[in-house]
Amino acid sequence: MSAALKPDAGPRLELSGIQAGYGDFQALFGVGLRVEPGEAVGVVGPNGAGKTTLLRVISGLIRPRAGTLRYGDRDLTRVPPHELPGLGIAHVPENRRLFPHLTVEENLKVGAFTKSARAHFEKRRDHVYELFPRMKQRRHQLAGTLSGGEQQMCAIGRALMSGPKILLLDEPSAGLAPLVVQQVFELVKRIRQEGLTVLIVEQNVAQVLRVVDRAYVLETGRVAAEGRSAELAADPAIRRSYLGGH
Amino acid sequence: MDPFFLEALVNGILLGGVFALPALGLNLVFGVVDVVWLCYAELVMVGMYTVWFLYTQAGWPLGLAFAACLPAIAVLGLLLHLIVVRPLLSSPPINQVLATGGVLFFLQGAATLVFSTDFRSLGVDMPPMEVGEVFVSGTKLAAFIAALVGAGILWAFLKFTYVGTAIRAIARDREVMPLMGVDPQKIYLIASAVGGALAGLAACLLVVQLDVHPFVGLSFGPITFMICVMGGLGNMLGGFLAAFLMGLIISVGGFWGTTEFSYVVAFAFFIIVMFLRPKGLFAR
Repeated sequence: MSAALKPDAGPRLELSGIQAGYGDFQALFGVGLRVEPGEAVGVVGPNGAGKTTLLRVISGLIRPRAGTLRYGDRDLTRVPPHELPGLGIAHVPENRRLFPHLTVEENLKVGAFTKSARAHFEKRRDHVYELFPRMKQRRHQLAGTLSGGEQQMCAIGRALMSGPKILLLDEPSAGLAPLVVQQVFELVKRIRQEGLTVLIVEQNVAQVLRVVDRAYVLETGRVAAEGRSAELAADPAIRRSYLGGH
Repeated sequence: MDPFFLEALVNGILLGGVFALPALGLNLVFGVVDVVWLCYAELVMVGMYTVWFLYTQAGWPLGLAFAACLPAIAVLGLLLHLIVVRPLLSSPPINQVLATGGVLFFLQGAATLVFSTDFRSLGVDMPPMEVGEVFVSGTKLAAFIAALVGAGILWAFLKFTYVGTAIRAIARDREVMPLMGVDPQKIYLIASAVGGALAGLAACLLVVQLDVHPFVGLSFGPITFMICVMGGLGNMLGGFLAAFLMGLIISVGGFWGTTEFSYVVAFAFFIIVMFLRPKGLFAR
């Protein structure tokens, strides 16, 4: 496979002491987190725990009030958000945020907007179609007419068009039927096999712990627990709170 | 069919082509930047003076004066964005409207100061052509073809280029654009320049048909806004189609009554459309 398709897993992503919020409302109180190259890491927790805010801080859509945010030796708090795809960071936002009035292929084209990505457009597009043959069938269809699962494929495909080293996924299972949720996590597994680093934020704790190596439990803006997926899945407190077990 | 009625139909379509360009430019800027350039017709007016000055005063060949007008008004669009619009991007819409409305009066005043209120004519005309039973003004036909070519180039730009695709995307969801590696501020600049260039092209097509004076914008500005609103603000295709509809109404209305009457019909039609389809004729 050519270099355009199979990127390295990039450097380590490391956050510490991150405080952030909106106006008077503080969502994150000193969150620390690290993602090693090639790892898949989950951030789980209830609604309103600050999971989406955390990803938005990483993508530069919100600036932290305190704390450090480093990608390799780069201080991401000083990088304008639109330069992140060029550094190899791609963010699949909450609710997918496709462009409903553009076709599937045009959505992929917007994902390949950066100068460095344009040169690889055709190769990467074909690769996305190989990963998600359904997208190839629907390439000329408007993205707004896709089913929920297909939209998630399209959103992930769009993110892959920038040739990322790390993929940030925000609630990929949100709003999808249980069967489709299964399929989406299969997609995430396939993305992992591509050699990408993955950071995934999810409410669906049971599912995400099957896909990631490690996870952080976020509760009201603080890391309440962290560990390897298997350990967390076996932890009685977490089973009680999130897995409906005893 | 009555050849005079046929002629009115043909003239309506030709008129629609000329209305289409400023409607496209206004819609493009509104769709991308989310600000209405109230002074759009005055950008066209400055473009008309540019052509008139270069051709009749500086002695440039007409083609060269046309070629200079497009980039000149594109730069004017850029300056309008940088100086007036960008500082107000996060202000309430009413402030943005008032500010671009202020530019309207500024440009009218500046033109009066520099060129006086005299009507200036380019003094060029192409011979009328006879197509079947209908006489068609050569100038209007040439302007119509140029307008269609301009609209076609704009369509291809929006459809096939990366920047054009991003422009169509940002019109729907600007917040997500940085995640695509797109700097919205840069797209705003490009859209403002393209919107200016369209005003420049419209100026070239109008200056051969109308005398230019500081208030010439009033003769097509209100119609342009009506067309945009009727097609659905920000909806490029809707505005394009509405331009032809308005051209036909005005021309055919003038055939049955007077030209003044035709504008009454056009505005009445607009008001009825606003009652029946407040989001525009072509709203989905």
